[in-house]
Amino acid sequence: MLFELEDVSYARSGKLVLRDLGARLPVGASSVVGPSGSGKSTLLRLLNRLADPDSGTVVYEGKDVRERDPLALRREVCLVPQLPALIEGTVHDNVAYGPRLAGHSFDARSCLELAGLDPAFEDRDSAKLSVGEQQRVMLARALALEPRVLLLDEPTSALDQTARDAVEATLQGLRARTAISTVVVTHDMEQARRLADYVVRIENGRASAQGPIGEVLDQEVEPAIATAEDAT
Amino acid sequence: MTHLAAASSIHVTLGEVAAALALVAIAAIASRAWHAELEEDIGIAVFRSLVQLTAIGYVITLIFDQDSAVLVLALITVMVVFGAFTARNRAKCVPNAFWPLLIALAVAAAATLGLVIALGIFPATPRYLVPVGGMVIGNSMTSAAVALNRLGEDVHDQSRTIEATLALGATSSQAVTPLVQRSLRSGMITLVDSTKTTGLIFFPGTMVGMLLAGANPTDAVRLQLILLYVLLGAASIAALMAITLARRNFFTSAHQLREPPEP
Repeated sequence: MLFELEDVSYARSGKLVLRDLGARLPVGASSVVGPSGSGKSTLLRLLNRLADPDSGTVVYEGKDVRERDPLALRREVCLVPQLPALIEGTVHDNVAYGPRLAGHSFDARSCLELAGLDPAFEDRDSAKLSVGEQQRVMLARALALEPRVLLLDEPTSALDQTARDAVEATLQGLRARTAISTVVVTHDMEQARRLADYVVRIENGRASAQGPIGEVLDQEVEPAIATAEDAT
Repeated sequence: MTHLAAASSIHVTLGEVAAALALVAIAAIASRAWHAELEEDIGIAVFRSLVQLTAIGYVITLIFDQDSAVLVLALITVMVVFGAFTARNRAKCVPNAFWPLLIALAVAAAATLGLVIALGIFPATPRYLVPVGGMVIGNSMTSAAVALNRLGEDVHDQSRTIEATLALGATSSQAVTPLVQRSLRSGMITLVDSTKTTGLIFFPGTMVGMLLAGANPTDAVRLQLILLYVLLGAASIAALMAITLARRNFFTSAHQLREPPEP
């Protein structure tokens, strides 16, 4: 198992966001789904120690994340936030940021290509890119760290339909071309179907369902179909 | 600097001080005419300056008469502590800002006063240490407070960018480096600009005071230059040290933002 969360609670500004949450995320492509404010993004931040739970444990590959060096963990379990937040400078400066800190070598052009961007973007000013392009630079700079796990927080929520399709195609391409595990947070069940094999559904800070994506999402459809049939 | 004692031949009566209030009245009238609503603040400023300067005048007279290093040290300590409290109130966005500010002001005061004494610029007597100490601490406080306030606002406004860089394995220090550079600049720029324009656009207070008191203009200029350079150094030390110490307070030991951006 990639991640195991047990009895995890987390409060923000006095408000409980996660409540005794238990969840498991296997190696491969997973998704965390649920309505806005249900605690999905918070859960993602606990996986690479951008935050620590108030109680409970988060285990990554059999070891409590609190026992790991947070900087090394974040280079291995890399989070791409919901909104682009690039540093000032060129696209190359952004892609180089993480590897330079870690002392890794990197190939900016292949990272850009993997993230669905033309390598010619390397010298472009990051402030002059569209939101969709910025989002893919965020992905490219995470890939430059050669992570084992990518955590993607609503990766298409700020994008229009065309850009969304392009980012989804990029993520599907990553699944096919790399061994990187992904955890995608989304409020869109259909997007979860397209991008993941396993799903955890969160409601009011608790995991209300989890398992292979077909089983979990089909279970939710069945009562709705039954209700429609009763009405007829 | 051997003959500054000559600058003490002027005598000012209370009546003359009161007459200067006529100009304050003009300021109050202008405020009322333009509905700037500053009359109350002007009144408070006049009253506080009268009380505070009169009180400190008596304290300085006592310290000069006693010629005691302990009393000088006590007065400078009090100024450092009050300076840190005042600066903390200006830098409200910075968690636990008091201790970084206290240390920054104490180090700036000790380093600059120690240096000017060690170099023989001023003798280690209350007549020099008290006024120079007051100027050093006052200017250091302003620079440190402005720098910290800017840092606090920037960390709040750019929490998404900071967290995004932490997510790439940056340490908390690395994540705020661009903000530290801007904050330090904010804390220093006013003093740097006023040093650049001194003598052209305005005459600084020490020089004016000495000239009014009858000192030789060459002595007045040289003393003013020494003070400008000392203040520039002290303000830099204070701003840099306050930022260096306070930037850690935004983060946990695991390089997490204490106040992360809203999801």
